[in-house]
Amino acid sequence: MYLDNSATTQVSKEVFEEMKPYFMEEFGNPSTLYKYGRESKKALDLARQRVADALNAKPEEIIFTSGGSESDNMALKGIAFKYLNQGKHIITTEIEHPAIKDTLKFLEGFDFRVTYLPVYENGIIKVEDLEEAITDDTILITIMHGNNEIGTIQPIEEIGKIAREKGIIFHTDAVQTFGKIEVDVEKLNVDLLSLSSHKINGPKGVGAIYIKKGVRLIPLIHGGGQEKGIRSGTENVPGIVGFGKACELAANQLEEHQEKLSSIRDELIDKVLSTIPEAHVNGDMENRLPNLVNFRFKAIEGESLILLLDAKGYQASTGSACSSNKLEASPVLTALGLDPVDVHGSLRISLAPESDKFDVDEFVDTVAQSVSRLRQMSPLWNQDIDYDGVMCKKHGDDCRMC
Amino acid sequence: MDYSEKVMDHFANPRNCRKMEDANGVGTVGNPTCGDLMTIYIKVEDDVIQDISFQTFGCGAAIATSSMITEIAVGKTIDEALQISRNDVADELDGLPPVKMHCSNLAADGLQAAIENYQENNQ
Repeated sequence: MYLDNSATTQVSKEVFEEMKPYFMEEFGNPSTLYKYGRESKKALDLARQRVADALNAKPEEIIFTSGGSESDNMALKGIAFKYLNQGKHIITTEIEHPAIKDTLKFLEGFDFRVTYLPVYENGIIKVEDLEEAITDDTILITIMHGNNEIGTIQPIEEIGKIAREKGIIFHTDAVQTFGKIEVDVEKLNVDLLSLSSHKINGPKGVGAIYIKKGVRLIPLIHGGGQEKGIRSGTENVPGIVGFGKACELAANQLEEHQEKLSSIRDELIDKVLSTIPEAHVNGDMENRLPNLVNFRFKAIEGESLILLLDAKGYQASTGSACSSNKLEASPVLTALGLDPVDVHGSLRISLAPESDKFDVDEFVDTVAQSVSRLRQMSPLWNQDIDYDGVMCKKHGDDCRMC
Repeated sequence: MDYSEKVMDHFANPRNCRKMEDANGVGTVGNPTCGDLMTIYIKVEDDVIQDISFQTFGCGAAIATSSMITEIAVGKTIDEALQISRNDVADELDGLPPVKMHCSNLAADGLQAAIENYQENNQ
């Protein structure tokens, strides 16, 4: 049972069927004038309309990209370099996706100043903190819609209102919310919004950015002038076609899926909390994605839990440092103020519309057994161990762990 | 993680994973902040490790290396046991992913800490 749909989703059959003709039969370059090109152009137009409809935007406000990371990079670098003569201050949060966080770090190298708003124990910023952070020098606010690890939803509408009053450009990364909850660019008061296809049963390697009419930015990729000159490069036609179809499907069934997934999620939360001792949910209980929950279990390490669950046929993820390529504990969970040991004991479950065959009872039993097994092995469980200062003495300051 | 079959076997079926009440040497190494904490228990008689066990909070590699060192060290003299290196443990497990070689490969340090504790207790 695949339970890691926030990492990526399976391409749906309808999406795949829609894409198929655009590999071999309709292979034309949309920028060309003859029949093949015109067919591809038509397919792009339809896809653009579908994405726009799903967002309550106009088709000319949609620019296709290679995915969420490119959209985030385009928004941040594109605005920062466009407006660097007007100001060099950007506001964001402590829990952004690396595509935002690392882009901002890059911009800090060009003398931009970045304010990272704290999130509190519930994983949500306070609007007052934002208001206080705004200066005359602020050119951009970028705050994610739904968090990819804990699923908390930020008050985007309210933030957008403030940004608009102050005349500051506002970007949101809606990669995790789009297709899961309503994402209406008019209601949300956003100027820029990033989307990804592969999180909503579309293909990988494609996404889009919504750029409100009138907002200008510097392109990342220069060249043949595709996508109104904002994103050059021959369009990924099959990918875009698939993305368009995925948007249409997600939008048509939004409420139905939302209801179904949140009821599975709530059942899962109830059973985990009532069955497993010292289990907690990370992040706000109200303002959260319908398809995602992040648990933490005392005294165990997440990678071990993932391996045990995988052996039982469940694929999920963890914020433990031990499972990341960078060997860095999840900055999102750390930002919630959790004890580092608890950060390591996290488990993220993310569902998709096709998760309806998910047997919650069976899964919770498996998690309970696995957690209990790891706790029996753990020197931190039910033992009063003083581990302060217990480090590998051998390596001293050179040690990554010390 | 790309773990060898041996690592997965020791992770899934850890050997000698228990708290030892009558241990005469106990060593704890690692740092829970980084996700690995390991306690090694030894019972030494006539300079020989008669019994060895562990408790570990950590990833698959941390658990597997703990388990493996209990198999390597049992029956060895103190001097022999002190010669066991991190690389020996990794080799016996048919290797560890490079990223895990440093952080989770703690068992040799744990054993050494347990031996030091035994020696302090018996001075």
